[in-house]
Amino acid sequence: MTGPVISRREFLQASATAAGGLMIGFPLLDARANGATQLDFCIRIEPDDRIVIACPNPDMGQGVRTSLPMLVAEELEVDWDRVSVEQMPLAIKKNPDGDGYTWKHVPQGAGGSTSITGHWDRLRQTGAAARQMLIEAAAGSWNVAPESCVAGAGAVHHTESGRSVRYGQIAARAAKLSPPQDPVLKSREDYRIIGTPRRTIDAAEIVTGTAVYGIDAEIPGMAHAVIARCPWFDGKVVKVDERAARAVPGVIDIVRLDGPEPGQPYTILAAGVAVVADSTWAAIKGREALEIEWDKGPWQHETTATLEKQMRDALDGSGQIVRDDGDFPAAMGAAAMRHTARYHSPYLSHAPLEPGNCIAHVAGDRCRVIGPMQMPSGASRGINAALGIDRLNIEVEITRLGGGFGRRLTTDYAVEAALISKAAGRAIQLQWTREDDMQHDFFRPTGLHELSAGFDAGGNLIAWTHRLASASKYYRRPNLPETDYWKSELYADDFPAQLTPNLRLEYFSLKSGAPRGSWRAPAHTANAFAVQSFIDEIAHARGEDPLAFQLRLLGDSREIDYSNHGGPKWNPGRLAGVLNLAATKGNWGKPVGAGRGRGIAGHFTFGGYAAFVVEVEAVSTQDFSVTSIVGAIDCGLAVNPNHVIAQMEGGALDGLSTALRLAINVDGGRVAQGNFDSYRLARIGDTPRHMEMHIVDSPYPPCGVGEPPIPPLAPALTNALFAATGTRIRRLPILS
Amino acid sequence: MIRFKINGSAVEHDGDGDEPLLWVIRQRVGLKGTKYGCGAGLCGACTVHVDGRAKRSCMLPVSQLDGRAVTTIEGLSANGDHPVQRAWLEIDVPQCGYCQAGQIMTAADLLERIPNPSDDDIDRLQTNICRCGTYWRIRKAIHRAADLIGQEDDR
Repeated sequence: MTGPVISRREFLQASATAAGGLMIGFPLLDARANGATQLDFCIRIEPDDRIVIACPNPDMGQGVRTSLPMLVAEELEVDWDRVSVEQMPLAIKKNPDGDGYTWKHVPQGAGGSTSITGHWDRLRQTGAAARQMLIEAAAGSWNVAPESCVAGAGAVHHTESGRSVRYGQIAARAAKLSPPQDPVLKSREDYRIIGTPRRTIDAAEIVTGTAVYGIDAEIPGMAHAVIARCPWFDGKVVKVDERAARAVPGVIDIVRLDGPEPGQPYTILAAGVAVVADSTWAAIKGREALEIEWDKGPWQHETTATLEKQMRDALDGSGQIVRDDGDFPAAMGAAAMRHTARYHSPYLSHAPLEPGNCIAHVAGDRCRVIGPMQMPSGASRGINAALGIDRLNIEVEITRLGGGFGRRLTTDYAVEAALISKAAGRAIQLQWTREDDMQHDFFRPTGLHELSAGFDAGGNLIAWTHRLASASKYYRRPNLPETDYWKSELYADDFPAQLTPNLRLEYFSLKSGAPRGSWRAPAHTANAFAVQSFIDEIAHARGEDPLAFQLRLLGDSREIDYSNHGGPKWNPGRLAGVLNLAATKGNWGKPVGAGRGRGIAGHFTFGGYAAFVVEVEAVSTQDFSVTSIVGAIDCGLAVNPNHVIAQMEGGALDGLSTALRLAINVDGGRVAQGNFDSYRLARIGDTPRHMEMHIVDSPYPPCGVGEPPIPPLAPALTNALFAATGTRIRRLPILS
Repeated sequence: MIRFKINGSAVEHDGDGDEPLLWVIRQRVGLKGTKYGCGAGLCGACTVHVDGRAKRSCMLPVSQLDGRAVTTIEGLSANGDHPVQRAWLEIDVPQCGYCQAGQIMTAADLLERIPNPSDDDIDRLQTNICRCGTYWRIRKAIHRAADLIGQEDDR
């Protein structure tokens, strides 16, 4: 899917609602293929003053069902507590300029911390256009100039005469007007909703158990399915004895699924055998009764140990030089002081708490899917590829997501559901078990990082190299040569590129059977751990305060080029700003007491800047507690400060959980972990007794906050452990 | 035939006695607030009250429920206003929200047993997993709920 293509011609449109209210959107609602009337993308103002705002993007906990409607409500001039939110189904259309498809209205994915930045202008414009139409309608009814009227709190007021009319009362008249195509936006100092802390709009449903996640969705007549997937990477089904499974009460059907060919792009993750039953439990029992002979496939000798040997051997040779500033070899050769260290990062599983699931109903040349998806367009694309159904005949409805973390960027489970539905000839809800989820994931790539730095006699950093051997997530993609695999693993413009004259980045592409994908803040997680640890390490080696050293490298506030996601510019001064704020609030430089230590780290991720000061009380690096996490974020204008803080808190604890205990190991060509007893996510007892998060008062436009909080936590923690114990953690997870 | 109560209503189950209470609640009774997270009693997303005590329903065969009374998140309070729910709203705990029904059911039982829990008590007893990492707010909300319950008792 290419980016949004919204021409002026098809920008805002308006019409009346069935009840005689105003709807405005990009453009308005189509009759859905199944005859149901659904909100497509719009604001709906009903005569009874109900304000409904559609949320185009999936909410997986990052809070966009609150923050995106806030953008609309601000410009619309309505009271926030009168707003309700509906989820917009996927809306795509044939690309008018050629092959393929594009968004019908606006982008609808949740990934890369893009929801707020991507919708910042358009959602405000939609709200402003509706406001102007309501003003125009009211002014028309009073026979006064629109300029003499103002909107506020869901009503239009004519100050001169003291007359007022509620939006609901004037909505029908407004619906007859043409939307202004260049509505005037409010200025920032007039905001009453944007920039104010708001609670999760769905919180009441969540705490009463009525919020609908994918697993909770239903359509009439649906059966339930689970799949026995081949546990070995790229393995196959040799033969199946279905008899015992078919005899399990409730089992309806058994469906064979062919997996992807080794090396080819994934549509689904693995070959398998699906059991369709009248309940999930019966399907699980049926699956247990299957007798399957598996072909263990081409990776059956792969283990974590063979992967790590592959990495070490790779780094002992020379790789693909992907950035080469100045004259690195000469500068390193001339350096008065040199330092080298290697850092290891493991495979990680996303483990959203709601395991994969999807409803699919294939009927003839049509398909309807309902599920928790970060990238609903991917479900449409995958089902089209696997079943040949025209994408305009595939309806995709998004529920609330029980976590995402990147797992649901890939919609293999929707394709599986559609394949099963087609074969079984009925609507089904596919349910993954936790073991399915942990064993069949697109794992965060594992890698071994080698960093070297050289200093001149004056203590200036004159040479820097980052050499990375990893199993890239850019593989098994159509038409992508292996020489491009580095691009998902090393972001060429990341710190300290452009801040030091002689810099070389070198990549080594590893072979592994484990499927790889995007895990919350993708390559930033491992790279920030390596780079921010190494900064601390070389500062200590030089006898310099790590913060002072990093601030010296970052320099003043200025924009420099950033060609990776989150660009086109980044500002080292803003990173210095969050480091300084976290340092001040986190007592950096003040006495910490025996057996304790503080660490600091910061990182620029997808447009946002975050830093943490972590404090530990440690007997050793295997016996310690985290006593404090103090964070700072510069996300530009914080649209919903409450949720910015929440993302900082949650991101810090996700980073902590991951750094402490999480790793996926490969054993005999399959994943060794299976559930939360072997993939030990943090619990409340790991939460420090002190946490505080600070938002930089920033004049910049807003950016997403789902990912920036993650990368700096792990190095801040390991740097704290070094400060407390003198032992450097160069391998994650920390606890063995 | 297994007969028990869910949120005060009679339930009869004549199917597989090994079926976990979780799936009976979700797919036979149709109450979807109780969540499936691990199926192994590890995450607590499926927590309900059985005879007033928090239990992980994914590991509880329905055959063990005969004659007992189950409360799910839907039955915790009449209007969604149990002090724990009120505290959760006030502190705005949820992110994705998937684990929160189980967290709330666990916290409600915890506060029955220890009306004024220390952080250590909470660490020991509130062992449900939150993948989003809302633990900081969960801890605050449990303390807040304890206050709210205390205020009610003072009246």
